[in-house]
Amino acid sequence: MFEGVPLTWFLIVATIMFFIGIYGFLVRKNLITILMSLELILNSVNINFVAFNKLLYPQHMEGMFFTVFVIAVAAAEASVAIAIIINIYRRLINIDVERIDEMKY
Amino acid sequence: MTTNQFMFFLFATIIVVFSVLTVTSRRILRAATFLLFVLVSTAGLYFMLKFNFLAAIQLTLYAGGIVVLIIFSILLTSQIAEKLEQPALTKKIFAGLAAVIGASLCIYTILLYNFIPSNLPSIGTNVDTIGQALISTGKYGYALPFEVISILLLSAMIGSIIVAKKRKD
Amino acid sequence: MINFSYTVFIVLIPLIFFVLLGFFGNKFKPLVSGIIGTSGLFISFLLSCYTAYQYFFVVPKIAGAFPKLIAYNTVWLRFTDTLHIDLGVLLDPISVMMLIVITTVSFMVHLYSIGYMKGEKGYERFFSFLSLFTFSMLGLVIATNIFQMYIFWELVGVSSYLLIGFYYEKDSAVAASKKAFIVTRFADLGFLIGILILSITTKTFDFISLTDPKGPALQQGSSILFLGLSTMTWSMIFVFMGGAGKSAMFPLHIWLPDAMEGPTPVSALIHAATMVVAGVYLVARMFPIFVISAPAALTVVAYVGAFTSLFAAVIACTQYDIKRVLAYSTMSQIGYMMLALGVSGYGGHEGLGYMASMFHLFTHAFFKALLFLCAGAIIHAVHTNYMTEMGGLRKHLPITHLTFLIACFAIAGIPPFAGFFSKDEILAAAFENNKLLWAVEYAVAGITAFYMFRLYYRIFWGKEQHYSHPPHEAPLVMTIPLMLLAVGAILAGLVPFQNLVTSDSLPFENHIELGIAIPSILIALLGIGIATIFYRKETNLPQKITRTLGSFYTAAYHKFYFDELYLFITKKILFDRVSTPVAWFDRHIVDGMMNGVSYVTNSVSGRIKGFQSGQLQQYAWVFVSGAIALALAFIYLWTL
Repeated sequence: MFEGVPLTWFLIVATIMFFIGIYGFLVRKNLITILMSLELILNSVNINFVAFNKLLYPQHMEGMFFTVFVIAVAAAEASVAIAIIINIYRRLINIDVERIDEMKY
Repeated sequence: MTTNQFMFFLFATIIVVFSVLTVTSRRILRAATFLLFVLVSTAGLYFMLKFNFLAAIQLTLYAGGIVVLIIFSILLTSQIAEKLEQPALTKKIFAGLAAVIGASLCIYTILLYNFIPSNLPSIGTNVDTIGQALISTGKYGYALPFEVISILLLSAMIGSIIVAKKRKD
Repeated sequence: MINFSYTVFIVLIPLIFFVLLGFFGNKFKPLVSGIIGTSGLFISFLLSCYTAYQYFFVVPKIAGAFPKLIAYNTVWLRFTDTLHIDLGVLLDPISVMMLIVITTVSFMVHLYSIGYMKGEKGYERFFSFLSLFTFSMLGLVIATNIFQMYIFWELVGVSSYLLIGFYYEKDSAVAASKKAFIVTRFADLGFLIGILILSITTKTFDFISLTDPKGPALQQGSSILFLGLSTMTWSMIFVFMGGAGKSAMFPLHIWLPDAMEGPTPVSALIHAATMVVAGVYLVARMFPIFVISAPAALTVVAYVGAFTSLFAAVIACTQYDIKRVLAYSTMSQIGYMMLALGVSGYGGHEGLGYMASMFHLFTHAFFKALLFLCAGAIIHAVHTNYMTEMGGLRKHLPITHLTFLIACFAIAGIPPFAGFFSKDEILAAAFENNKLLWAVEYAVAGITAFYMFRLYYRIFWGKEQHYSHPPHEAPLVMTIPLMLLAVGAILAGLVPFQNLVTSDSLPFENHIELGIAIPSILIALLGIGIATIFYRKETNLPQKITRTLGSFYTAAYHKFYFDELYLFITKKILFDRVSTPVAWFDRHIVDGMMNGVSYVTNSVSGRIKGFQSGQLQQYAWVFVSGAIALALAFIYLWTL
């Protein structure tokens, strides 16, 4: 039972955050900033989980657990991504996504 | 305006503003710092919703772990003083268009849908309950996902070591 | 009942030695590999002799006839209950006789080759090929069904090809081997068609049921008609086409003279004694079908044989290469055998021609192999093939001279040498059935005597030439086979063939008819006499005759221009008029369509490959906007 703030408000904030992440993913050139945009996207999803859990099904804990797992996955993904970024940097001395296009045609 | 509402607006404003700054700032270290603010505010939202354990995880793992990792990698790969170059205008316009249209579509849909809030009392989210659920194998038990996620973390760890390791050649 | 299953080893031993010499031959010293190959053949030879003894004298006869025994059999491919391809060993009088002929000649040739091929490059290769050939030829004669025969038929073709092209560094040898292979292969196409027609109509491959009087092949008679001839006749004509190709019958004879490019022992073994008589053997094998269901095909056999024997004998008189003379003489003698089969009937004294043909095959193998081996010894001594560069060799090569003379008497048909008996039976059979063919053969007998003694006198008599080094007699390892074969050439005629090998396996009474025998001896003596006058001393008589005959002589000297005619047909007509337009069509129309398709595909993909730009954010943008567009379309715009 949570008073004062309706569910839609949470969802709207999460949506805005999600699409800001999308925007960042689409325009940023540096691989690390792209990774940060990705963290924003994951975070907005977490907010949705928690809000649904609290406001619609307060008697259960699924939303919370899924959030925990998403955070764990995000951590794993970040570590692997950063390892790849470092490897790319070591070979090409830059991490500009527009210039990493050896796999085209 | 209740306390809840006030707190929500505060956190929501911080989240939106610093999100925008994260994706537009041309200094990469600042962008990372703004991301940290966003994540901390999200933790604030969790506290507000009385998910204390989750908020603690958010702070320690996201704010403490991932952001620090990102900052490390920034230090390894970039010149901090250097400003990032401005993305191309057409790219900005198209990406912005996609983001705005997508966001408005989603918000429109959310506003149309009639959610029915539940009046049931909230289950306690103390650490004891969470711990029981995590290792329980019955209904509403999470032993299997818990084990799977631990294997995922282990393999991610080994994988990132292998990938990032310097090769002899 | 005597167990004959050991006969399978007669065939397998040469195969084993072929594999042994083929894979490990270069590990041995050349002489050792020669001795190994020869000893392998010796084992086969002994086994064949034992088999013949057992078969002819020990095995009980069934109602007075020699039985047809399946000594060994294994089903290889099964199509239906009756139509299946087996591999096995069939023993009947002709196959046992062929076993003896092949292993004897092959053993002699192996022995001779140890000396003849000494110092040649590829000594062990030669012996392994010889073993391969012997294996294939033995497999051919013991075949239990026509398909097994066809398999080994092709195998002898391959080994003949390999051996003709043994000196593969010589262009003419390569050309000759290709010619032999292509011509016989073309003929084998006919054989295959014949087999297919035969197996479709009779539903069996098996020789025993094919030649069984109550079997499907003979029961058909000549009833079903197609273009005026019965189905069995057509199939037998096609089968005979294969036989004609292998046996160098007109008009598929052109490969045999060129095949003399191979080493001389090979000519003796393959192109005189064994492989070229495979066609005769094939007709003999299918003989009951020919006689009862396909008499028209048998007539074809008779006339082709008669024409070839005359044709080849005439050419033989004009040639100067001694091996070519022998090659044409071989063709002529095989023509005899074909003719004898063609005029034969079935059973008892009617089957005289069949018996005579097999008899002639048997005796011919001895004296023709002997002639070739002697020619080899002569070439070995004087290093030339041309009789114009020879003369007066009788003092230098006494053993060769004597054995050659014996062989000449044998082929000319002078009693008591082997050729007389068999040739006499052939003439008798021809006389009884067809006077015209008898007349032709009678003339050929004279011509044969003439050209053989022309050869003999030009080599051993006449003026002595200047040789690069004094000619010397061949070593003992080469002369022993000559002497042994000479004994064979004298005695082979005394074998009582009418008691052993007959069309229906029943012995019959037969005597030499003086009315036939005396004229044939006379004409042989006439031929010898003319040759003696012409060539004993050097005279200008041959030139005079040549001038009188004029263009006929020139035509015969050029083998009646058959090589040129075939070359004209294939090159000018087939290649230029047919193949070239077809090749043009293929290159420009068929390939053009394919090239057009590939060009269109190529250019289209060149245009669209830009989509895969490697720009991650472009992909992401397309993905996001696509997802939004789908959501928009399905949730709001496309509401049902």
